[in-house]
Amino acid sequence: MPTGAFSTLLYKETLRFWKVGFQTVAAPVLTSLLYLLIFSHALEAHVRVFESVSYTAFLVPGLVMMSLLQNAFANSSSSLIQSKVTGNIIFVLLPPLSYREFFAAYVLAAMVRGLVVGLGVWLTTLWLVDLHYAYPLWIVVFALLGGAILGALGVIAGIWADKFDQLAAFQNFIIMPLTFLSGVFYSIHSLPAFWQTVSHANPVFYMIDGFRYGFFGQSDVSPWISLAIVAICFVVLSALTLLMLARGYKLRG
Amino acid sequence: MTPAIRVQQVTKRYGAVQALAGVDLEVAQGEFFGLLGPNGAGKTTLISALAGLVRASSGQLEVMGHDVVADYRAARRSLGVVPQELVFDPFFTVRETLDLQSGYFGIRNNGAWIDEILDELDLTAKAGANMRALSGGMKRRVLVAQALVHRPPVIVLDEPTAGVDVELRQGLWQFVRRLNRAGHTIVLTTHYLEEAESLCGRIAMLKAGRVVALDTTANLLSRSSTHALRLKLGNGGSLPAELEARVVAREGGAITLGFDRFDEIGGVLERLRASGVAIDDMEIGKPDLEQIFVDVMRAS
Repeated sequence: MPTGAFSTLLYKETLRFWKVGFQTVAAPVLTSLLYLLIFSHALEAHVRVFESVSYTAFLVPGLVMMSLLQNAFANSSSSLIQSKVTGNIIFVLLPPLSYREFFAAYVLAAMVRGLVVGLGVWLTTLWLVDLHYAYPLWIVVFALLGGAILGALGVIAGIWADKFDQLAAFQNFIIMPLTFLSGVFYSIHSLPAFWQTVSHANPVFYMIDGFRYGFFGQSDVSPWISLAIVAICFVVLSALTLLMLARGYKLRG
Repeated sequence: MTPAIRVQQVTKRYGAVQALAGVDLEVAQGEFFGLLGPNGAGKTTLISALAGLVRASSGQLEVMGHDVVADYRAARRSLGVVPQELVFDPFFTVRETLDLQSGYFGIRNNGAWIDEILDELDLTAKAGANMRALSGGMKRRVLVAQALVHRPPVIVLDEPTAGVDVELRQGLWQFVRRLNRAGHTIVLTTHYLEEAESLCGRIAMLKAGRVVALDTTANLLSRSSTHALRLKLGNGGSLPAELEARVVAREGGAITLGFDRFDEIGGVLERLRASGVAIDDMEIGKPDLEQIFVDVMRAS
């Protein structure tokens, strides 16, 4: 049992999802596995995005990253909205926690869940596909940054939403389209010019493209451009989240 | 000595609603202090501002000399709050809940104190139970335990006995009295005025975000002339005209007369006897806080 305020909140947020691991870890891993089986079965013979990389292999990093991102968002957002609706948020508002500690604990716990689910997807797909690991450091960097960004976005959504359906709207109308239309299942080079332009405005595209570069050494855009955009997103979203927390927006009346 | 709580010119506005309109209060260390008022008077807002759950629009609040904004860590370490709502985290057991709460306050190796609190609140057998499995009364006791894990010198109980059965209420008050005797400052809000009367040494009454009465309980009780004589007159008898001025209420055939001093009652009875009025039933009441509260709220 940790003893500092920050480490206790991080521990509690991690324990919270771990206690319902079937719902928070096993279920999204299974969902990703089903995506892989269905899409690879349907498209393996018809689509080849990179030379020397099978479609199934191409799909795996995208699915790993999509699961990671969606679950990082789900962890912080669902924890906060549940705590707000049930009222037990006061147990973390009464103690001497700073808003920075609050932010760091929720975002790190979100990253932990995202990474655990992403790791689960990767491990269960190992027997289906022979992956390459061209630049492992890029894999780690984009996984961490992607988890942190969606964790911070989850904090924003969890604080902003007053009701579960508002959070569901945030998830269904913002997070899902951003993650599904980010090149998980295809290369954006296969899209018409207009949709390629639209895709370039989607920050999740850069997270997945950079992550995939770590596996295959090939990507739609330079990994350095992806890294710069993802890093800027992280800084901007973190600043916004910290500002909301510092002002006590919807948390401290 | 530094006051346990100092509230200076605190205001809080929610849009068009002025929840607190310039509250000034001081609670000394070791006091058992009551904060009374009708619904919407600002009691919970004031407590929330003390605990950092809401931010005052203006003014200053201190707990044990620590400003709740500038020195929030020390202020929050000095304060334990038992919230009004029956809230709990359904993911955890009772012991996990208390361990986590200790950790939030940076306390290590708190097991012995947690065991003591569980024992005092008769929760030891439920330490391993999930919070969802507890009855309402048990959940209320866990809230008390959570407020105490960091041994705060100041404890605020926001309507802790709302909807609580008699046995638990009595047990809770015994425990809180012991905490007060051990030196903890207690601030209580309640709608059960008899509880406030028997427990609190000093009381503040709030109405529409303002303190409209602040005094010792004894002084508040002595404010009123409500030694009351409640009579039911027999055989259709009527009250002599010279006693009409003392009537404070007529209800269901009963007449209530008010007195400043207890020894005036003898003279009234003498006058009734002399008038040949029969008395079917008679009851003498002491002044109580409820009547004072009603009087203060009407007057302010």
